[in-house]
Parts: sequence; structure tokens; C-alpha cells
Amino acid sequence: MIDPLAFARAIAAGAVRVIDLTQTLAPDFPTIALPPEFGQCAPFRLEEVSRYDARGPAWYWNNFSMGEHTGTHFDAPIHWVSGKDLPNNAVDTIDPAKFIAPAAVIDCSIESARDPDFVLTVAFVEAWEARHGKIEPGNWVLLRTDWSKKPPRAYAGMREDGAHTPGPSPEVVKWLVEERDVHGFGTETIGTDAGQAHHFNPPYPAHFYMHGKGRFGLQCLTNLDLLPPKGAVIVAAPLKIKQGSGSPLRVIALVAGSAS
Amino acid sequence: MSKPLTPPNRKNPLRKTPAPLSPQGIRSRTAHGLTAAAAEGRFALQVCADCGAIVYPPRDACPVCLSARLPYRDTADGGTLVAETTVRVSTDSYFREHLPWRVGTVKLDAGPVLVAHLHDDAREGARVRLALKLDKSGAPVVLALPAQETENMQDDPQLRELTCDPKFRRVLITDGRTAVGQSMAKAFSDAGAAIVFVGLADQWKPFPGMDALRAIERVEIVPLDVTDTESVTEQAQQNGGRIDIVVNTAEHIRPGGIVDRQGLTVARTEIDVRYLGLLRLAQAFGPAMRARGADGVNSATAFVNLLSVYALMNWPSYGAYAAVEAACLSAAQAMRAELRPGGVKVVNVFFGPLETEWFQAVPPPKVAPSRLASAVIGALRQGLEDAFVGEVAQDVRARLAVNPKALERELSG
Repeated sequence: MIDPLAFARAIAAGAVRVIDLTQTLAPDFPTIALPPEFGQCAPFRLEEVSRYDARGPAWYWNNFSMGEHTGTHFDAPIHWVSGKDLPNNAVDTIDPAKFIAPAAVIDCSIESARDPDFVLTVAFVEAWEARHGKIEPGNWVLLRTDWSKKPPRAYAGMREDGAHTPGPSPEVVKWLVEERDVHGFGTETIGTDAGQAHHFNPPYPAHFYMHGKGRFGLQCLTNLDLLPPKGAVIVAAPLKIKQGSGSPLRVIALVAGSAS
Repeated sequence: MSKPLTPPNRKNPLRKTPAPLSPQGIRSRTAHGLTAAAAEGRFALQVCADCGAIVYPPRDACPVCLSARLPYRDTADGGTLVAETTVRVSTDSYFREHLPWRVGTVKLDAGPVLVAHLHDDAREGARVRLALKLDKSGAPVVLALPAQETENMQDDPQLRELTCDPKFRRVLITDGRTAVGQSMAKAFSDAGAAIVFVGLADQWKPFPGMDALRAIERVEIVPLDVTDTESVTEQAQQNGGRIDIVVNTAEHIRPGGIVDRQGLTVARTEIDVRYLGLLRLAQAFGPAMRARGADGVNSATAFVNLLSVYALMNWPSYGAYAAVEAACLSAAQAMRAELRPGGVKVVNVFFGPLETEWFQAVPPPKVAPSRLASAVIGALRQGLEDAFVGEVAQDVRARLAVNPKALERELSG
């Protein structure tokens, strides 16, 4: 029997550390850029309602606006056409127990620094497993690329022929879902898929296979370099938007601390 | 020849910035016929519909035949400066600060004799041409210019006081990402602007023309996103106190009407970029500009709106876009009233389809961005409030004046 109060005490004592994996919601944080004739994801915007002034003498508050896929955000299966008919596929109907799950963190930071179009393969994950053990069912797979440390232009990686950012191959996503029964896939980049993933087959495989099998996505994560390859627990609870396809959220990781 | 304007010295921080003052600006309703002509840079006087007499000053009845039918008509502007004098003392607060001030009597070839402000190169006994200008109060006044172009003509202090010449002024072009924004930056640099601030949103997104834009002389790229209140406020806090001309080049042009569009995402963006963007700029930059309307050679002088001519009448093929442009036009009218006490002009430059990607499927005639940019420079140099650039804009303007209903039907065809 696990005592939640003991868990809370462990956090207070530092025996379990809390690591923030979330980017700050700010107007200048890049959002996904589609061809301009398509509908676009709204960037984060803040409009001051009052700041201890004539509009509200004793209080400060803002209205904000953004898209469901702005900043650090969660992708629900309904986001992709392959997951559109699954039961409980939207942020308001997903079982809340699924918002807490362990993570396997695959470090590709060296490979991604060498090649912005780095593609995660089955062989790469098998090599990782040889060092750290098999990925358990129900784990988030988080791709550590250190992309979150880049300045905005390099972070977005936009060129004449589209974005150049790392991501998974179609084979590895299918394999992670079918052979490893993962919980979802998370990245530091703007999307769970590689910048050039619209040329993959199928296009956007992380979206296609993960959401097609009712799995989730997390993107624009940060601080993945502070996580162990195994043993972190991710808390990622999206806003309860009616039939929402995703939501900006605060993502935190719980890891064993040095204090006992 | 006029004395060439020299770049203004840096401001003495120990001296108070003079408050903008206005000359007496009250005009009769009839005299606003001159306002209408001056706003568009036309020279028009009342012409009696019954006896053909050309009438000045504006009257409600013809002094020759007593007819009440006295419409304004574009009139030949040539004449002779028959007498001139220099005002050296005045009780008027505005003119006290601009003395000495030359005025004179001009006999128009068309008949009437007018009292006019004088360009320095307009000399007694010489041929002149008359222009209607809007003074700092927004009222129409007559200015006599030399009949022929003279050297440094544009640098004349009286002409400069009645116009918004960009020379030695600091301009903000709000969006340098578009072809129009880039042409505008080039045109203002060529026109002698002291600094051409060019706003760029989302600098992480590369765009065509980026390197050429950065290479333009005296261009300074600044972060500015008109859809982000914080960004606009920050830019105004940083540079608002030294921006003399704002040219809002932010655009969001998408085809599509009202009924047949799916959802409001595009419409919201259109409103956010254009209408709310204008409001953000007006609130952030307007007050400082209004306070700096008399700040010497590089005083704050103009806020330029680039407006689709379909702000005046909806073009259903681009119906939602036109509706937002109409909202911007309405806001510009309010801004005009609000900025007038500072002597800052709100200049609306109307255009039809542009030679840009968002009007790709529209047949010519279309307005090239460079043509729009030179029209903006021209409007500022002339001191206009309203300019119509290109065949389509002028055509819409003309048809609207004759029969708005017919224009509505024709545009829907």
C-alpha cells in the first residue's frame, strides 16, 4: 500500500525532486508554421485587464489567448485523423490516471547537434535498451535533443524547404507502439515529428501511429537533460477543454532526490 | 532657390519641447469644399453653375448672378503674385512662433484674387501656382508656389510647415516582412529620412528580401509585432519619443467573402492584424507623437494608413478583408480628430489590388509595391490626408462620388 501523504512528505523533504519541463508561455515563442493559406495556430497573447489602475484599482490580471497547440502542449488522439474515432480521445474524456506515467528519456543530443535532420531509428532505441534496459509498457518516450536550449531561429529551423528539426522515423514510432506499448511520445521541438516529416511515409508518423493507437504527444518540452534515462515520472494533465485536441499545460517530472 | 535644410542638431535635453499650437482653424460648411480639395491635393474653387463665375472666398450665393448653385470644380491654379508683405508681429500664438511669415495677393488667371501664404521662391510680380494645403489645425489654406520647380523647393519652411516631408525625419515602418514594407523602407531611405525603423515580427521566420532590407541605408530592424500589445508597447517605450512618421504596413490579405468562409479563425486574424493592430499602434505611439508636433525640423508629423480602396465599398471577392479595411478607415477618422491638436496628420493612402502574392489571381491593373511607396512619399510631401493610388482606387473613388449604389452592384458582379 502506497501512502500519498508519504509521497507529499518526500517531495517536501527533497527526497523526490520536481523538475519543470515547461517552456514559459510568451508571445515570441515559435508556434508551428503551416503554409499561409491554411488555418494557423494562434500564438500566445496577453492583454492586460487592469494593473492597480483606473481599470481595476487594487488588482492586476490579464486575459490571454492562444491555440491548443501553443507552447509546451499535450496532443490528444483526436488531434490526428487516425485517432478521430477512438473512444475517450479528447482532452476532456481521457482517463485522468493517464496524466501520470513514467518516462524513458532517449538522449540524441549529440546526434541532433551534428544533424538537425537526425531521425530516431529502431536500431538507435535498441542500442539504448542494451544500455538501460527494455522500455516498459506504459512509458512516455521522451526524445532529448537539447533543442530547447537553442535561440528561436535555430529552434524553429525554418529554411526555404521547411523546418529542419530532429524526430522519429515511421518504423520506430510503429515499433514503439506495437512492440513496446508506450504511453506516448514527447519532444523538445515544436512538434513530435521531425521538421521534414511531411515527406515521410506516412507523413507525420508520430502523429499518425501514436494517435491512431490512442497514445499521446508532448512537445516543446525543456529540461529533459535533467532527467535520468529511466525512473522519472511525468505529470502532464491538459486543460479540460470540451472536445479539445490538445492543450498547453505545465509538465513536471518527479525524480529521486539526493535527500533521503 | 530655398535655403537647403540642414540636418537638425541633437536636441538640447535641458530645453522644454515646445507644445504644438494651431492656427485658427474654423471654416464654414461651404468653405469645407476647400478642405475636401486640399485633403486630396486638388485645387478647386466654387464655379457658378448658372453664370460660370469663379468665386473666392467661398460664398453661399454667386456675387455676379445671385445663384445658390456654387459647386466646387477643379480650377486652373496659375496666376501672378501682385503684391507681397512680410508679417513680423502677430498676436496669434501659432504665428508668433513662425515669424517672419510672408503673405501676398495672387491674381488667378481664372479670375479671383486670393490672399495666400508664400513659398520663399514666390516673388512679387512673378508667375505662381496656387495649392490648397491643410494647415496644422486641419483647415484649408492657400499657398503660392513658384510656377516652376526651384532648387531645394521642398525645404522651404512655410511649405514644410504645411506638409509632412520625410527628409531628416525618423520613420517607423511597422512590418518589413512584406513586399510593401520593403518598398516603403527603400522609398523613405531614398527620401532622406534620418532613420528608417523597420518592425519585424517572429524574427525566427526567414522571409524573401530579408538581406536586401537589412542592406538599405539607414534601416534599423526593430522587433515589432502589431498583434502583440506587449511588443508594440515595448517598441513605443524604446523609440516612440523619436518617431516622427509611422507607416503601418502590417497586412493580412485573404480572399473570401462572408457567407462562404468556414469559421472565424481567418477573420479574427484579419481583425487582429489590421484593426486591433492599428489600435495598438495608435495607443502606443499616438500620445508621444501628438506631444511632439512642434519639435523642430524633425517634429512628429504623420501617421500613414495603407487602406484598401474597398474600405469605401465592399468587394465581395475579398469581402471579409474589405470589411476590416472599412473598420480601419473608421478608426483612422477618429485618430485624425485625436491627433490634430498635435498637428499630426493621419494620411490614408488607398489602393486597389496589389502586385503581390495575395492578389495573384486578380487580373491587372494592379499596384506595384514600389508605386504604393512612392505615392506615400508624394502624399507626405504634398501634405495630403487622402491619396488614391492606381487606376482601380481612382476608379472606385470616382464611381463612389457619382452613384454609391451603382458601385455596390457593380462590385458584386
